[in-house]
Parts: sequence; structure tokens; C-alpha cells
Amino acid sequence: MNDGQAGVVIAGAGHAGGTAAALLRQFGYKAPITLVGDEPIAPYQRPPLSKAWLKGEADADSLMLKPPSFYAEAGIGLELGVSVVSIDREGRSVELSDGRRLPWESLIIATGARARSLPVPGADLAGVMTLRSAADAETLKAALGPGRRLAVIGGGYIGLEAAASARALGAEAVVIEREPRILARVACQVLSDFFTDYHRARGVVFEVDAVVEALAGEHGQVTGVRLGDGRVIACDAVLIGVGAPPNDELALAAGLECAGGIVVDERARTSDPRIFAIGDVSHRPLPLYERMFRLESVANALEQARQAAAAITGRPAPAREVTWNWSDQYDLKYQFAGLPFDADTVLVRGDPAKPKFAVFHLKGDLIQAVEAVNAPAEFMGGRQLIAQRRPISRARLADMSISMKEVAA
Amino acid sequence: MAKITYIEHSGAEHVIDVKNGLSVMEGAVKNNIPGIDADCGGACACATCHVYVDEAWRSKTGTPSAMEESMLDFAENVADNSRLSCQIKVSDELDGLIVRMPESQH
Repeated sequence: MNDGQAGVVIAGAGHAGGTAAALLRQFGYKAPITLVGDEPIAPYQRPPLSKAWLKGEADADSLMLKPPSFYAEAGIGLELGVSVVSIDREGRSVELSDGRRLPWESLIIATGARARSLPVPGADLAGVMTLRSAADAETLKAALGPGRRLAVIGGGYIGLEAAASARALGAEAVVIEREPRILARVACQVLSDFFTDYHRARGVVFEVDAVVEALAGEHGQVTGVRLGDGRVIACDAVLIGVGAPPNDELALAAGLECAGGIVVDERARTSDPRIFAIGDVSHRPLPLYERMFRLESVANALEQARQAAAAITGRPAPAREVTWNWSDQYDLKYQFAGLPFDADTVLVRGDPAKPKFAVFHLKGDLIQAVEAVNAPAEFMGGRQLIAQRRPISRARLADMSISMKEVAA
Repeated sequence: MAKITYIEHSGAEHVIDVKNGLSVMEGAVKNNIPGIDADCGGACACATCHVYVDEAWRSKTGTPSAMEESMLDFAENVADNSRLSCQIKVSDELDGLIVRMPESQH
């Protein structure tokens, strides 16, 4: 790597940044690596924050990507509680929020996304929160417990997982959604109906087609959510889960190409070949679907960390992956792979009442995406078929007497 | 605590002391051992922590759940002694365990 002295600076110490640092060492990178993160703690896993951790089934230690001693042992500089405030492309350095400057040979931007706030009156009341960081999760956990009432604004994964965890902790949960159905942006009608019923049966109340006008409060503390129809949903805490825009300001200011996320190629390179962008902040090619997209998932963060670490160390590009993700709610294992772009048919295999079923999104005879509930074989087989772009028989796919293994064979 | 030997596909060996209660996968990942990716962090959702359990240890590591078996069914190069290492909990019983890694997790 050139003179080998300036090394790699990674802006952002989340799942993507932390993984890239560890992989660079695994791949034999010898020059300095510095990981810069604005949170006070070393890289950790975010998915459990709304799931196992929130329910008290996982401790803080188990969330850490690596033990604290790892970074010193691996010679990875950890700069925590500071952030990169600007990129000097010409001089190959970054400026930190404490005024220091770090030189780099390669720069990885892994600044992630941030929870979108809600532009309504009362959004600054105490008890109104978002869920992104471990600190956010601590605040949310403290607000949950028997007899407490949580209002969740936004019926996406985070909101539904938090509602399920709230119920497990004995709290009341109301989910308020702007669209006519929950998960409208990310899952099909069959799944929306299924999750609505499953949550309702466990005591979650839904308000769909609901506009939030304002958050009501007393003495600075939130006490309710006022809807467009004038009703006020009483609560002790509000969790806002309405999406996460990318933290791409650094890249924009540095003149890197952005389009709702930093534009990268298949090796996670930005429009400046010495600068990479990985994870939630990137707008990346999806070769299977012949388009660009911004993915928000751990699988994507890891895939791009592998791409960037391989490119920087001169390794061949890692194998292409099918995007996938998962969500745990109650005792349900929900796994999904691919994206339903251009799909013309929705095919259900199995029985939502069991509950064990999968929804396949087909474009002709090709599977574009699969959403599986308690159906790991359908998830795994579906993911394989998506990757292989192999045509399947719709009749066989719908026939439960033929195993998924045979369908995929 | 259990001493676990992780053997990469290349033959490289890593002997690690892993705390009771962690999974065999966590023992590898937290020590930055290559060859076990564990993309989902142990949720039994991805099958990227596939290992082959040394024959002598198969009874002590137990049998896979139906969930794990379904996931393994579709992993690459599966054998009779294939397991997802996130589903094997470490205890004193497993002191000396040997696991080998497949060529690739993806």
C-alpha cells in the first residue's frame, strides 16, 4: 500500500466500520488503521437493541463486535466520542471534531444513518425518543415495564420489534401508522396482515391511516399523541420509528457523488477511487436487479465491509450476495431475502395460520424476493434461487408436498 | 471455560479459551478468527457460521434443532457433522472441542 504509513481512516465505528477494521487486519493489512466514532463505546451490534437486548435476554457485553482488548492487540486506533467533520481529498486527511487531523491513504466512510425526527409540535418533550444507539435503547428500556404505555409512531420493523418487546416487558403498546397498513414500505400485504393479527392477539393496538398532529405533554413530559381526527392516544413514552436518512453530508461537502446516500460501485468505491463508503450511508449497485439502491441492513454493512477491505488489500472481489435481513418478534423468526423489484406475482407457500409460511415475489418464473415466517428452508432455498436466477415451476413452489430442497434442486 | 481449537480450511489452527455461556461462534468472532462470518450475530438466521464438529465431540455438542437443520440443509458442503456454531453453547463439558471450517460461508 504505497508508503504504508498513512493507512486507513474509517469514519464511523458502527457495524460496518468496525467490521471493515477487523477484516483489514484479517486480510493482512499492515499499515495503521484508525476507527473514528462519535459514540463513546467500541463497535457493537445494533439489531438486538430492539429485540433480545431490549427484553433483557442479552447483556451489553454480548453486543460488542469484539472485546475491548481486541483493538489494541490488532493495532487498530479507536477514536471514540469524536467525529470526522471534513474530508480533505487533495491533502488526503480528515479533520476531527476536536480539531485534530488524521492522514489517510484510503478512507472508508461508514457514517450510517440517523433516526428521522418528526416535525410536529411537542417532539422535544421528555419521553419522546428514537432508537438507533445503545444510549437510545437504554432510554427506551427505562420507559418500559408493567403498566407503562408506549406509543410507537411508525409501523416498520423497529416499531414492531419495540412493540413486541414492550409487551414482553408488560407495557401497553399502540402503533400509529400513516399508511393504510403497517410495513407498507418494506413488506407485502400478506405479511402486513399477518403481523397485524399476530400483534393484535398479543395486545398491541394499531392506528393506521393515522396522521400525527402533535405530541401532547404536561410539565415538559409527553402524555399523549394527538391524531388528525382529534383523538389523543394517552401514553408515557413515544418511540418515533419513521425511517433513517443517510449521514452523507461529509461526502457531499467533499464533492463526492451522492444520490440519497453516497454513490459507490460494486467494490464500495465512491466517485473518488481512494474513498470507500459502506453500510447504511451508501447508495449501491444491485447487479441482480440492475439498479442502484440504498440498503439498510447488517448483511449489507458486512458485504460492503468485505468489498472495501478486499479492494484495499488487493484481494479479488468477494462473491456477490443476495441482500437479506431478519426480524424477531415474539416467537416468530422472520427472514427475507432479495427485493421485490418488477415482480408480477405474489405466491404464498405454507399456512400463515400455523404460523409457518413464505411469500415469494415472482417475475415470470424467477424469484425476485422471499419473505419467510418460521420457514428457514424457504428462506434459504429462496435466497439460493434468487442468486442463481434459475427459473422455477410455480406449481411446484406452491405445493407443500414437495420439499423446498427439491424445489431448489 | 473451554479450550476450543478452531481449524481454518487452510489448516491454520487457533486455540482459544472461550467463556462458558458464549457460543462457539462468539468465541471465534470475538477473537477475529477468519472463516466464521456469523453475519446475523447468532440469531440462527443466516447459516454463515457453519463448522464441522470433530467426530469425537459430536455427542457432547448435541443435535441441531429443526430450525438449525433447515438452515444447514441449504448451506454449502454440508456433512453429517455440520453444525451452526452459534447454536453450540460453551460449557466445561466442551473443554478440548475441535471444530473445522468450510472453504467458504457465502
